[in-house]
Amino acid sequence: MNSRERILGRVRRALADVTPDQRPYEEAVPRDYLRAHGERTVAETVELLAENLADYRAIVHRTDAEELPTVVMRLLAERGSREVLVPPGLPPGWLAEADPVRVHDRAALTAARLDRVDSVVTGCAVAIAETGTLVLDGSPDQGRRRVSLIPDHHICVVRVPDQVVSSVPQALERLDPARPLTWISGPSATSDIELDRVEGVHGPRTLEVILLG
Amino acid sequence: MSGTFVGMPAFPEAAREAVRNPTLRGNLRHATHTIRAKRARAVGELADWAELREAGRRIKDHTLRHLDRYLEQLEESVTAAGGTVHWAADAAEANRIVTELVRATGESEVVKVKSMATQEIELNEALAAAGIRAYETDLAELIVQLGKDRPSHILVPAIHRNRGEIRDIFAHEMGEWGRPAPEDLTDTPADLAEAARLHLREKFLRAKVGISGANFMVAETGTLVVVESEGNGRMCLTLPETLISVVGIEKTVPTWRDLEVFLQTLPRSSTAERMNPYTSMWTGTTDEDGPRAFHLVLLDNGRTDTLADTVGRQALRCIRCSACLNVCPVYERAGGHAYGSVYPGPIGAILSPQLRGTGSEIDASLPYASSLCGACYEVCPVAIDIPEVLVHLRERVVEGGPAVRRGNKVLLKPAKGHAAERAAMRAARWAFAHPGALRAGQRLASRTRRLHPRTLPGPGRAWSGARDLPAVPPEPFRDWWQRTRGGKDGDR
Ligand code: SF4
Repeated sequence: MNSRERILGRVRRALADVTPDQRPYEEAVPRDYLRAHGERTVAETVELLAENLADYRAIVHRTDAEELPTVVMRLLAERGSREVLVPPGLPPGWLAEADPVRVHDRAALTAARLDRVDSVVTGCAVAIAETGTLVLDGSPDQGRRRVSLIPDHHICVVRVPDQVVSSVPQALERLDPARPLTWISGPSATSDIELDRVEGVHGPRTLEVILLG
Repeated sequence: MSGTFVGMPAFPEAAREAVRNPTLRGNLRHATHTIRAKRARAVGELADWAELREAGRRIKDHTLRHLDRYLEQLEESVTAAGGTVHWAADAAEANRIVTELVRATGESEVVKVKSMATQEIELNEALAAAGIRAYETDLAELIVQLGKDRPSHILVPAIHRNRGEIRDIFAHEMGEWGRPAPEDLTDTPADLAEAARLHLREKFLRAKVGISGANFMVAETGTLVVVESEGNGRMCLTLPETLISVVGIEKTVPTWRDLEVFLQTLPRSSTAERMNPYTSMWTGTTDEDGPRAFHLVLLDNGRTDTLADTVGRQALRCIRCSACLNVCPVYERAGGHAYGSVYPGPIGAILSPQLRGTGSEIDASLPYASSLCGACYEVCPVAIDIPEVLVHLRERVVEGGPAVRRGNKVLLKPAKGHAAERAAMRAARWAFAHPGALRAGQRLASRTRRLHPRTLPGPGRAWSGARDLPAVPPEPFRDWWQRTRGGKDGDR
């Protein structure tokens, strides 16, 4: 007998006392918890997102489509970034005014090469107001998971209000599990040393979010 | 690394040692109290906490009760998404599978995400024996690994170390493992984190094999979920060419939608955050993004034996949030090492003796490592009735009875006159050092529950003077037990 059959056999014997639940799964578990916490207008939801992002030490900016390229240019200049990493499908206009050298992410680029890039600019799939979370799903404007991980400075552009939801349940409804997903709430952090919070261990130490609307 | 727990003294001896160590007690007290207060705030933000907790309990119970079906579905989904599934009946088999998978890549080092399952099977030691170096990459795990130490807390494994100790460990040991710590390393947390960043980055960037556990596995979609803060998890999960995840079979949930419950309860219960900084979800492999090969090792190692125990199986609902550790007055004094297993605190006291059996002194004494105050049950986001299981296991130790070991039915002998019982009794005496005060404290605390007392008057003062009162259950466990005989009369 192989281990698969051995384990499944043990599970079945262990559950000899259990009468199988014939109901469909949707009925077997009551879900009387809330879909979202509190009533908010669209503007209030965006406001809450901004607050919770900032509470987790992300730096939040707001702008419109016209001003966006200037804002991106300014943020990169303030950092002194010389190279900016660009996902394949990033709207070209976003970086129209940026000075740094654009490094286009290709499979052939090694992780060590990406480590020398100063900043990265990405879009996002969904942002969650209640938790201050950005979710990236690997779409062309977000790129491979590693692009938002290796550079020390991540600028993430969120289209408001279209990409903003209130809650975790609403976010999961919108996401496709077949894609690799990265949920980001504030910059990388650790509290492992005497519970003192330190921002930035391995992921980007600076997370800037531009709410575009 | 002395990561093994073999030969650990039984709980009371180990605990007595720990209680005598003032640094350890100070660190622990500070940590558990800080997390506890923060957690209460984070949970308070959600008006539907009770409903989320109940949904979490039901999802996990339902899954466990149909685990065979969901495991088969999970295997199918992972395989369809490009992954390979392996089944491991015990630690030795899991270690063998992982070792062979690493060998097949031709590599002799791996980077690891913090994972309790791999600690449980002592994978690092098994890999070392095969000539493969495993680098722990979580900051706390790195501290533990460099310090040739064992983790003492589920969430903050190096909670027993203070910044000065960490500085010394980094200064002395980092060079042995790779990039040395900077000459002028101070003991500020930011400096220490920076040293870890530099030390580990060279490993991440060259790593070809990553090893992880997972917080959840979704049967419906084949998705695995890892929840973390530092980004070391993301590094290990996305940069290597091969990813091997070793996951206990109980981590399965049926549907994608189920994550909406646990992604709300886990971070708030665990780090007291609305959401942890990073969560990674992957389904098999994705072209040109992340590892090209993904292996899932499904681990039994005592879980099916635990499932066979109708009272004890609820321990498998555990999502390893560690909230029960932070409210436990016994854990707060004794520390995680005293439990002699990778699962410390209240959950360890019920999980370890079930996964490993109660044959050894330490495992026989664990069900006594509790004052049965009930705080662990109140705080648990999946409503595991830890006191109920503790009492059940005590009965098992003292009276014996039927149990399942490695899939076979066995009849355990009573431990009377046996070393195990003596250990258990010593542990009980230790936990009940002041039984009168303890009982009075519990009763009084229950009656004045709405007043949220900080300390207790009368005989309870000595007890509560040394600690903050945990969240008080509506009725002391002892009274409940006397009234209902453990719920057997149907009145709960
Ligand atoms: S038993 Fe409950 S409280 Fe303790 S770690 Fe597990 S889920 Fe958390």
